[in-house]
Amino acid sequence: MSAVFWILAALTVFGGLAAVTLKNTVHCALAVTVAFAGLALLFLQLDAQFAGFAQILIYIGAVAILVVFAILLTRGSETPKEGIFSRSWFAGMTIAAGVFAVLGWAVIQSSQVLPHQAEAPSVTVNQIGNALLGRYVLPLEIVALLLTAALVGAVIVAMNEKEESQ
Amino acid sequence: MTPLGGYLLVAALVFAIGLAGALTRRNAILVLIGIELMLNAANLNLIAFWRYGPHPELLTGMMFAVFSIAVAAAEAAVGLGLVISIYRHAHTTDLDEMNRMKG
Repeated sequence: MSAVFWILAALTVFGGLAAVTLKNTVHCALAVTVAFAGLALLFLQLDAQFAGFAQILIYIGAVAILVVFAILLTRGSETPKEGIFSRSWFAGMTIAAGVFAVLGWAVIQSSQVLPHQAEAPSVTVNQIGNALLGRYVLPLEIVALLLTAALVGAVIVAMNEKEESQ
Repeated sequence: MTPLGGYLLVAALVFAIGLAGALTRRNAILVLIGIELMLNAANLNLIAFWRYGPHPELLTGMMFAVFSIAVAAAEAAVGLGLVISIYRHAHTTDLDEMNRMKG
């Protein structure tokens, strides 16, 4: 385990922790952007350059901006008087801690039999393009259809109701 | 610990943090942020298994992660559109106050 891995892991985990614990919603959006950047760097560390740059483009470039837009459109940055956690926060924390305990136990128990391929795979964009338009062409087309439907659906859902009724 | 075990532990931690955020926060937008963190943790698992597993030249794990990123982007767009629509209707994004199915 290299030092770079631990630094990136700490960046990701602290970004995620800050995103779910900070009071101000805009700060939460910035913290989750840090977590997304840490995950993108972890992808690069895993020799998955294409997925890492796709993560940077889509999450940091699009999803983070979308979240900030939604916060600004909904006055979500105001801290509610009753606190930032819901009434059932204790049950939620218990479930999350239980899930982490089970997952961590499973990983540690199986660490002896996990596969370990030492040499880094050399993947070129050429190979990825051939795979996307060859073996994975049907999923690609379905994702294109899904993105179009999601785009149209999001616009229709968020459209102003008053204009619609006139 | 093997490198793959380290990545799996980090992914489990990020998943648990996202789950805690989705289950405990009051604001609907932060619940969506928690769901995004969970999806990202799953992607980290896929990429880590692709890197350390046999036959990385088949690109299965990485392609799965890339398609998963695209589906997560669609989910984020529709989810935030729904939050904005609910905010217009109920003038709040507080999930504890949204306790009626009928508008």
